[in-house]
Amino acid sequence: MIEVQHLTKVYGAVTAVDNISFRVEPGEILGLLGPNGAGKTTTMRVLTGYIPATEGKAIVAGFDVFEQPIEAKRRTGYLPETPPLYPEMTVREYLTFVARINGVSSNDRQRLVGSSMERTRVDHIADRHCGKLSKGYRQRVGLAQAIMHNPDVLILDEPTAGLDPKQIIETRELIKGLAGDHTIILSTHILPEVSQTCQRIVIINRGVVVAEDKPDNLTARLRGAETVSLQIDAGSADPASALLAVDGVTSVTVNSQDSGVVSAEVETVQGRDLRRDLARTVVTNGWGLLELKSMRMSLEEIFLDLTTEEIEPEHENPDWKNTDQAESGTTNA
Amino acid sequence: MRNIFAIAQKELKAYFASPIAYVVIGLFALLFGYFYSAILSFFLRQSLQVGQFGFGGPTTINVNQHLIRPLMLQTNFLILIVMPMVTMRSYSEEKRSGTIELLLTSPVSDWHIILGKFAGAMALYGMMLATTLLHIGFLFIYGEPEWMPVAISYVGLLLLGGCFVSVGLLISSMTRNQAVSGIATTLVFLLLWVTPWMADSAGPVTREVLVYLSIIEHFEDFSRGVLDTKHVVYYLSFITFGLFLTAKSVESERWRS
Repeated sequence: MIEVQHLTKVYGAVTAVDNISFRVEPGEILGLLGPNGAGKTTTMRVLTGYIPATEGKAIVAGFDVFEQPIEAKRRTGYLPETPPLYPEMTVREYLTFVARINGVSSNDRQRLVGSSMERTRVDHIADRHCGKLSKGYRQRVGLAQAIMHNPDVLILDEPTAGLDPKQIIETRELIKGLAGDHTIILSTHILPEVSQTCQRIVIINRGVVVAEDKPDNLTARLRGAETVSLQIDAGSADPASALLAVDGVTSVTVNSQDSGVVSAEVETVQGRDLRRDLARTVVTNGWGLLELKSMRMSLEEIFLDLTTEEIEPEHENPDWKNTDQAESGTTNA
Repeated sequence: MRNIFAIAQKELKAYFASPIAYVVIGLFALLFGYFYSAILSFFLRQSLQVGQFGFGGPTTINVNQHLIRPLMLQTNFLILIVMPMVTMRSYSEEKRSGTIELLLTSPVSDWHIILGKFAGAMALYGMMLATTLLHIGFLFIYGEPEWMPVAISYVGLLLLGGCFVSVGLLISSMTRNQAVSGIATTLVFLLLWVTPWMADSAGPVTREVLVYLSIIEHFEDFSRGVLDTKHVVYYLSFITFGLFLTAKSVESERWRS
């Protein structure tokens, strides 16, 4: 439904988007993630035909954004970062105007305007002037204009920005409800929003795609290995060697040992769930299993991992590194 | 066409939602009323003198030539004063508030947007001119002017106003600051106004070029009630060129933004 091929956008000496490519399948919700200035808004503006690309191709609903802009725009609903409202118009007048410039026939206009207001829950403020609306309502009216003409593709730039927690939940539910009928790209800084709303994520940093996958796959792939955390009542015994002997375990790290209770992190080879084997080993040895959980990398960690600059080697403190290693007591297989 | 009409309607509504429309129409009506009464008083004094002394010629003077024509020439100057207030917000405000993003990502072409804005501004200008019909109407009630030269003068005013609007739109499309847009438009209008004066001190060839380029000089024949196609073509070309440059300005903004 949306295809971006080798897209590049250069502003003078600055390359905002550098040769990025991705696809969004029909009915899918894609989250565009990245720090400020990463190129998310530029990518969205190119896709909506607001600005031209320096190089590359963008296809929306089967139409080339640069070759057939009117056809592509007809099938796109767009909510920019700042909702584009006319303060002198009432909500109803504004949505009617949007319907008119989107070519909605006069027969359907009233129905579609009413339905978009209902879906975004702004029908009770239909006769209020846009200039007098709170930030949350402005955002909702902006969303209403984006979905009003029932477009195939929705491009939403931070759709929940400025909303209160209740409105955020409602908007997320609305966006999820729109998937299937619509193909959606949304950008956000709120990481839980991506995992809760999007089926796939594209992480952009400095105009380059640094990761693209489903949220679950990203967490697994970036971790490189699965980690299981254990708390064992082993008495005077040392459980590390027994755990290390389990097939698939690559290393065991004992974090603490207090009154016979050992806290350890066990790293296993990627793609294998060894929780049952580990539990069996503990029980077989007659130890008490107090806790066993699989540790996954959070989206926040992934985001920081991919978008934060690595510390320059000369700035690193070698003593800290050594201390960490000494304290952790890692045993490798 | 439907898009142009929708945008023109939106523009007109925006004018009346802010004090701009009321200030512009009020100021124009006030100044026009002042010029009307001043020229009418002068005309009446002249008529009395001609009626009393005759000077061996006709005992009445022509209303069209001695009242309506000078009034229409003064109206040029009024347009110059008030028109920047009409066009200054056109693109600048859309850019400042971010609503330009809505228009430029909607399935309407840049030309639809430009023509819609042009039509909206012209509609307001038409309303301004409509207030003058009251004054001219009194002349028809109490005098016997010819209606054709009056109608031609109004055609000239509309075309002249169109030129000012096209230049105003162009300048408005270049900045997001309404004040800058308004001041720059006034300065450019003044430059257009003084072109004939510059022509007076120029050499013969330059003079001819400057006189031809002056948008005020082309109005002379309209004010006399003469509809010359060369002036109509000039004004229409000027408007088209102004709108063309506006389209180029909007396009270049897309590349820069």
